Amino acid sequence: MLQIRDLHVHVRTDKEDLDILKGIDLSVESGKLVVITGPNGGGKTTLAKAIMGIVPASGGTILLNGEDITHKSVTERARLGISYGFQQPPRFKGIKVADLLNVASGKELSRDECCSYLTKVGLCANDYLDREVDASLSGGEVKRIEIATILARRSGLMIYDEPEAGIDLWSFSKLTETFKTIHETNDATLMIISHQERILQLADLIVLVSDGRIQRSGPGEEIFPEIMNQTEGQCPLVS
Amino acid sequence: MDAIEKNLLLQIADLHDVPAGAYNIRENGKGVARANTPNIEIVTKTDKPGIDIFIKPGTKNESVHIPVMITQTGLTDMVYNDFYVGEDSDVLIVAGCGIHNSGCEPSRHDGIHTFHVGKNARMKYVEKHYGEGSGEGERILNPDTIIELDEGAVCELDTSQIKGVSSTKRYTKVTCGKNSELVITEKLLTHDSQEAVSEMDIFLKGEGARARIISRSVAQDRSSQIFYPRVTGECACFGHVQCDAIIMGDAKVRAIPEITADDVNAQLIHEAAIGRIAGDQIMKMMTLGLTEQQAEEMILGGFLK
Repeated sequence: MLQIRDLHVHVRTDKEDLDILKGIDLSVESGKLVVITGPNGGGKTTLAKAIMGIVPASGGTILLNGEDITHKSVTERARLGISYGFQQPPRFKGIKVADLLNVASGKELSRDECCSYLTKVGLCANDYLDREVDASLSGGEVKRIEIATILARRSGLMIYDEPEAGIDLWSFSKLTETFKTIHETNDATLMIISHQERILQLADLIVLVSDGRIQRSGPGEEIFPEIMNQTEGQCPLVS
Repeated sequence: MDAIEKNLLLQIADLHDVPAGAYNIRENGKGVARANTPNIEIVTKTDKPGIDIFIKPGTKNESVHIPVMITQTGLTDMVYNDFYVGEDSDVLIVAGCGIHNSGCEPSRHDGIHTFHVGKNARMKYVEKHYGEGSGEGERILNPDTIIELDEGAVCELDTSQIKGVSSTKRYTKVTCGKNSELVITEKLLTHDSQEAVSEMDIFLKGEGARARIISRSVAQDRSSQIFYPRVTGECACFGHVQCDAIIMGDAKVRAIPEITADDVNAQLIHEAAIGRIAGDQIMKMMTLGLTEQQAEEMILGGFLK
């Protein structure tokens, strides 16, 4: 169970002070699939990063299974069972795909195990396991490897930041199937930042974040049709 | 061998004991053990310190280990080793120097290795440098590597200096004949106030010669490094120099890759990059459950692998 209460993120730059998150309240029950959506620059990624600890909270609390993690480090949160798939994953010279999967899972994986994670994101293990996660890989390939590392972590709470970005249609289709399976088997709580219809359709809960606040949230079957009906012109959900 | 010697041997040659095949072990300026094989003969030089290593033409899948260990403080060891790699042979040569200096005086090893690699021969040369010891005495290694590649010869040169060497000045010169191929991979990590200089002169003399020079280094603390690889193409040939360094703390790194084309058909490329570990790289590793220090070690380990 993830509980966020009155979460604020404040950023001070040389030029200005910015309130990125202005009091977020959100509860996600274990095993649920929540999709965070909303316009660009509204605070979705900051919310996800604040849950992982990448961005510090300026106020409010974050509880994971009843434990206050608001001031815990990224490493501590990772070990408590949160994982985070970056929107733009970094590359590493000399580190192979297999190395990353091993670190992610916390043990030496067999070739078959690595293969199963890569297959879930539409990659063939034989082609990729020994490749370095460096500039020789395309953006879409790095992104899919990033998602595979999150799958290999088998965390209780998996956060994906726009997993569809840069991924081809076939891999995306495979990926939505994977999310669906994780959800159906109740293996993990999934928090996915997405604008994709096919991912929105999977949601138990859809949360619309805009201007640093939750503008609207509710069951997927309720919010999804509203979004689909209103995708032309200005979004009426965002006042 | 005592525990110190065994550890040095493990660090520089991945050996737990005396190696299989031909070997010559040098300790504190003297040869202490040697073995020849029917195809590989090691002979002590008579005019200066060092050995000649003769590898018969057609020798396949054999290895030569020539580790050097220095455990005596204040010793300066100078050695000349000449390798004659016969035509059509395929061999692995493992050299390396380990210094354990627990005294106050500098311990130093200067090695000049010269290789004559025959027609269509393949040679892989692996060299590791390592220093340890609790003393204040410097651990100094200055290797010169001179290689001549005959027609169609293939040479893979793999050098690394990962820990504990106070000062190193490395010079490598390779002359590449017709259709020969050279790959140099140099890995270096300096820490504390260590200094490292690596200069190279690669001459692509024969038509179709190919050379790739890859340098990966990490400079930590207050250490300093200078890379100066120079590639000259004198005919239709291909050369690629790549220097890549991670800089940390108050370290300094200077990379000056130089390419010279003396022929219109020479195709030469150089690249150099120096930068710190990116914050998002550390962060990504931390989201996988590593501490900041473990993340850094993982990133550096991969980079220098």
